[in-house]
Formats: sequence, C-alpha cells, structure tokens
Amino acid sequence: MDNILDIRGLGKRYAGGHRALDDVNLQIRKGEIFALLGPNGAGKSSLIGICCGIVTPSEGQVLVGGHDHQKQFRAARSMIGLVPQELLTDAFERVVVTVNFSRGLFGKPKDPAYIEQLLKDLSLWDKRHAKMMELSGGMKRRAMIAKALSHEPDILFLDEPTAGVDVELRRDMWNMVHRLRERGVTIILTTHYIEEAEEMADRVGVITGGKLILVEEKQALMQKLGRKTLTLNLAEPLERVPDALAPWNVRLGAGGYELIYDFDSQAEATGVPSLLRQMSDMGMAFKDLHTSQSSLEDIFVGLVHQDRHGGDA
Amino acid sequence: MMMNFRGMSAIYAFEMARFGRTFWTSLMLPVVTTALYFIVFGSAIGSRMSDISGVPYGAFIVPGLMMLTMFSEGISNASFGIYMPKWTGTIYEMLSAPLSATELLMAYVGAAATKAVLIGAIIFGTVHFFVDVEVAHPAAMVGFMLLLAVTLCLFGFIIGLWAQSFEQLQVVPMLIVYPLTFLGGAFYSIDMLPPFWRSVALFNPVVYLISGFRWTFFGQGDVSPMASMVAVALFLILCLSAVFWVFRTGYRLKQ
Repeated sequence: MDNILDIRGLGKRYAGGHRALDDVNLQIRKGEIFALLGPNGAGKSSLIGICCGIVTPSEGQVLVGGHDHQKQFRAARSMIGLVPQELLTDAFERVVVTVNFSRGLFGKPKDPAYIEQLLKDLSLWDKRHAKMMELSGGMKRRAMIAKALSHEPDILFLDEPTAGVDVELRRDMWNMVHRLRERGVTIILTTHYIEEAEEMADRVGVITGGKLILVEEKQALMQKLGRKTLTLNLAEPLERVPDALAPWNVRLGAGGYELIYDFDSQAEATGVPSLLRQMSDMGMAFKDLHTSQSSLEDIFVGLVHQDRHGGDA
Repeated sequence: MMMNFRGMSAIYAFEMARFGRTFWTSLMLPVVTTALYFIVFGSAIGSRMSDISGVPYGAFIVPGLMMLTMFSEGISNASFGIYMPKWTGTIYEMLSAPLSATELLMAYVGAAATKAVLIGAIIFGTVHFFVDVEVAHPAAMVGFMLLLAVTLCLFGFIIGLWAQSFEQLQVVPMLIVYPLTFLGGAFYSIDMLPPFWRSVALFNPVVYLISGFRWTFFGQGDVSPMASMVAVALFLILCLSAVFWVFRTGYRLKQ
C-alpha cells in the first residue's frame, strides 16, 4: 500500500526549550485509520500541527502525497483537513457560510451539492442557517468536521475528535469515520479513549515524551502484547496458593474463591491444560471458569510505564 | 495553483461581510462624527478663524478630518481583522490552508483598506453639506487616499499580529496614533505653531501624511508633496518589512 504521509526525523523544540518531538519517523498508508495514542504532553498535537502547517518544525521533513509540506505547501496542505481538539469557531457565522468559507480558503470552487450532502451526512442540514454560537457542543464538533471536509481532503486529522461528547455522538462519529474510510480518506486520529482506537484503528502508534515508541497493526499489537487471564471460581476457598501450583505463578482473588492465572495466549504452551490437570490431581474442584483478554488500554499503559521506567518494568 | 485567488477572495468576502453586518453603524458613525466636527470646528470656532493660506477654515480641515477617521478606522479594522481569528483560535484555518503570507496579507489588508476608503469617501460626501470644498488634484487625491489606506491598514495588521489582548489592541491607536494625528496638523497648519514647536512637529510622521493629502486638495501643504510621498513610501516599506518578518518567523502567529 502507498504511503500518503511520510514523516522523517521530525523534531520540535519550543522557544522555552521544551522538546516536544524527538526524531519522529512515521509512514501513514493511504486509506488507513491510524490512531496516535499518548498521555498529555506526549507530542501528539505538535506532530499534527507540524503536518498541517500550524507549527514550525525544528528539524525533519514531512511529505504529504510526496509533496514537501514546506517547499510545496500548496499541494501538501490541499490534501489535508484538520479538526482541532478545541471547539474553535466564529460565533456569529452561520453553519453553511462558515463551511463554504473553509472550502474557499483551500481554493475550491463553490459546490452547493457537495456541501449539502456533507451537512446531511453530519446531520447538520437542518441547522445550516443557525449561527455557530447557537449550536450545542456536539453540533459544533460536527460543524468543525464539516469545515475540515469541505475541500474534500485526502487526509483527515482528528485531534481528540470525541473529547467531551456524549456516547451517542461518539458512536455517530465512529460511524462517520468508517464511512470516510470507505470513500478512501486516510484518517489520523489522536485520542485518550483507548476504546476509540480499539474500535476504529487499523494501526496504532504510541508516543510519549516526544518519541514514537511503537507503531503496530492493532490486531498484531493486541496479539503480540495481549495477555489473557484465566479465572477459576473455586468450590472451596483457599487461604494460600498451594506449593504444587507455584510453577504457574497463580494468585488468589475474591477472598480465596478465585484462582487467577495470567498467560500468554500466543505461546506454544499456554500452561492452561497442565494447570487444570494438576488441580484435578490435587482434588481441587471449581464451579466455573472464564478467560479475558487484555485491552489496548492495558497495553498502552504498560508501554508508557515501561518507557518512563527505562524498560525495566 | 500559482496563486490561491479563491482563498484570498474568501477572506476578503468574509471581512467585508463583517463590515456589512455593522453597515449602518459603520456608515452612520463617520457621518455623525463629521457633522459634529463641523458644528464645533466649522461653525462655532471656524467662524472666528481667519483663512489659512487663502483657504477658509471649514474647507481647510476637510483633509485632516478625512485622515483622522481613516487612520482610526483603517488601523482598527485591520488590527481587529487579524486579531479576532488569533483570539478565537480560528487562525488555524488560515495557517493550514494553501495560502502564502502574501496572499493572506493582500486579503486582510485589501478588505480593511476598502473599508477605510469607503469611509473616507462617505466623509468626503458628508462635508459637502457643510462647506464648499474643491479638489485641486483629484487623481492625486484618490491615489494618495488609496496608498495611505493600504499603508495604515498594514500598520493596523502589524498591531493585530502583535497584540495579545484587547487592551494591547487599543493601546497603540489610542495612545500613540490618535495623539500624533491630532498633533499632526489635522485641524491647523503647523506654520501656526511657534518656531520651536514647529521644528518638533516635523518629527511627527503624521504631519507629512496629512500635509500630502492636503496638498492634493489645495495645492499647498506644510511640507512639500515630494517629502510627503517619501514619508508614505518609507512608512509602507517599514510596515511591509515588519509583516514579512512576522510571516517568515511566525512571531506570535505560529508556535
């Protein structure tokens, strides 16, 4: 698959000396949904700001569809739409006017049919003559997405798209993102909501302290780093883990009524059958059992923790 | 795309629409202000003033009055035009659009200059209700007005880029520009000042701007028209240099 965005050796040091990005290299494939995860101040917004021309990089290069984002800024920026994190709007402007204004800024001729369809897709058509200040927070967020899509970009940056929106709207936005991807739009989103990345992304990048510490296919990441947990509900409670079960490194929960075993689901030998056999040999009965997979959030927290502690965690 | 004309046109239309939303206020304010000036300076005081270099006092103050309003409107419109997107944060749209610094500048300054010229024309129309005034060099008057409007709006644009609060947005026009304009011979000839203060007045750049504009009306001014043209050109170059430095470095615009 072709790369539509190629970030090479990108660095940013702000005037105060804070180093927001450090030698970031990232390739985004055409048509994919890429989720950039990271804690506050990790450098996510700086990275997006540089790609969109809002922040000046200290070093490195960004190629957008093969165009250098500084030397060939017209071609590069024409391909990008940005929905910033904050709700930044002209309070007195009407929805349809401000969306047409955004299209005009990108040098596109008026296209009332496209704008009508866009506003309908975002459930904004009925509000097209409303002033921005009359819209609810969720509607403003939709209007900002409409503005970002008004010039039919190839790449859409969504910086915390669902921050502060209700569950229903979040679901609507996820659906909208999927529809955009079906139309061939490449989507790069930053988020704090791990379930958002888990729901939508094809690939995940984790950034912390200005460094991109991991880029991986979401499924592969979850399989590679994902741990599974087997929980056995015991018929009789235990006061301590029997010595015979020490090789499995199990632990007790629920006041001794649960025996918990963490295992690597990708390992050749998970240790589950042997554990069950051992328990049977010991006459330990259990009433029920279930397994659970670690979420992307668990993985993310683990990675960031590991990075902060120099990989010794 | 060699130049993003549609992008420029979008900003220009947006800024003019802002003017349109307050059209009656924008229109009535200079008309009422001009009428008040003529009631005070033209009728009440002007009737006791002798002609200045053969020009009746009422007519003499017309160029200064136009300049005074164009200074204030041009600077405030241009500074407000760029400050507002900075303040609301919507500047991100302009910075992420395929627009060069020159295009942004032409759109914003062009819109502000259009408003300043319109207001100047409204005042010029209004004064005819109070005084007979003829223009000795009409083409030069229009050219000077356009050049001055662009220069003033560039200056206002710089203030808008520099300002980080509404207070800062007001401080330069109110505390520096307005006094300099009043002391720049808007309502008198600097020849009427004592020699020392006349010499001091010559350090006020606004004297040259008003004098040049007055020359286009009456064929005479406090300084030569060439000196006025040089002053306007220097002011223009200074403003352009400052603006391009801002765009090159991103000072208070980009992080």
